[in-house]
Amino acid sequence: MATEAGAVSPAGYITHHLQHWTVGEGFWTVNVDTVLYSTVLGVFFLFFFRMAAKTATADVPGKLQNFVEILVDFVDNSVKESFHGKDKLIAPLALTIFVWVFLWNFMDLIPVDLLPRLATWVGSIFFGADPHHVYHRVVPSADMSATFGLSMSVFLLIFVYGFRGKGAIKFSKEFLFHPFDHFLFVPFNLVLNIVEYLAKPVSLSLRLFGNLYAGELVFILIALFTLQSTEVSALTVGLGIGQFVAGLAWALFHILVITLQAFVFMTLTIVYLSMAYEDH
Amino acid sequence: MGINATMFVQMAVFAAFVWFTMKFVWPPITKAMEERQTRISEGLAAAERGTRELANAQGEKDAVLREAREQAANIVAQANARHAEIVEEAKSAAQAEADRIQAGAQAELEQQVAQAREALRAQVATLAVEGAGRVINKELDGNAHAALLDDLAAQL
Repeated sequence: MATEAGAVSPAGYITHHLQHWTVGEGFWTVNVDTVLYSTVLGVFFLFFFRMAAKTATADVPGKLQNFVEILVDFVDNSVKESFHGKDKLIAPLALTIFVWVFLWNFMDLIPVDLLPRLATWVGSIFFGADPHHVYHRVVPSADMSATFGLSMSVFLLIFVYGFRGKGAIKFSKEFLFHPFDHFLFVPFNLVLNIVEYLAKPVSLSLRLFGNLYAGELVFILIALFTLQSTEVSALTVGLGIGQFVAGLAWALFHILVITLQAFVFMTLTIVYLSMAYEDH
Repeated sequence: MGINATMFVQMAVFAAFVWFTMKFVWPPITKAMEERQTRISEGLAAAERGTRELANAQGEKDAVLREAREQAANIVAQANARHAEIVEEAKSAAQAEADRIQAGAQAELEQQVAQAREALRAQVATLAVEGAGRVINKELDGNAHAALLDDLAAQL
């Protein structure tokens, strides 16, 4: 596992794993790995869904169409449960969030060292990069910038839907006179509502980020079992078996987590948007 | 860690993906699904209609069959009656014909009998005269033939 057996300390291994491949300085840094993987996954998702949509038929559907229809139906039902207006955006939005976030999370199930090693190899051989400075993180949802990118988009949409559903006046009124309908409470309401509104994107993205970051970290820790093994011995074999069992158990459990987190993100997005759109 | 400009890139990518899904993925799939849904409900309705029509046809068939059976029974009864009538008519016609023929035969018979009697009578008379002539020629013995002549006369 380790690049130079014995030379890599656990702390060094972990910190190396938690470094992004970046371009730029300070705030204006772009995590190239996050953008790359999330975009590739998104294109992958849209490619298959577009293929299904192109050949979609009302006759007996094929396997791909069936699969896509199950997802579309599932998302459509979730949307119809809480959002009662007519809207062309919200269901495709929810579908995109669900599948995209699921794919992001799914990257966590790929062995932690596989893609970073590959990247190190490609980087050092083809681009002459120092192998120690090839950083690669493959789980976009374990990058706060990515999860905030989603939740901030949802945050903006909350206002769009608020204005569209209730009108600017009613929406602003609600901001000032809710929950306490008295002009003396206006400042208090304002503070309360600002906190409430800000809590939505923050909780949305931090929940996803926290779960997946923790998941990634546990996989990295499991990888430490045999990190410093240099020779084949009873201990190494035992640790290897331990690593396998622990990795398997965590991965199986994680299947649940990644699906659930994608579902939660989608559902809360729908709920927030319908709350903004409809009267209480 | 922390948030950096990646967020804006992600937002742009996300917006593009959502737009693509909204334009090119969601509508065709939901359209196909809705179309299938209508087709299925139409199919179910057609099936129900078919069942109802079948029941109606069954009832109609029964009615027609019953009517046909009644008509057939009527026709058979009529035919039977007509048959009896014809037989009766034929019987009476035959009877009348037979009666007529019998009457004709009877009349002819009677006529012939009368004719024969007439002829016989004439012949008897002739025979009597001839016999008498022959007897007279040979010997006329009134006494001897008196009984014979008496008898002859009585028979006529």
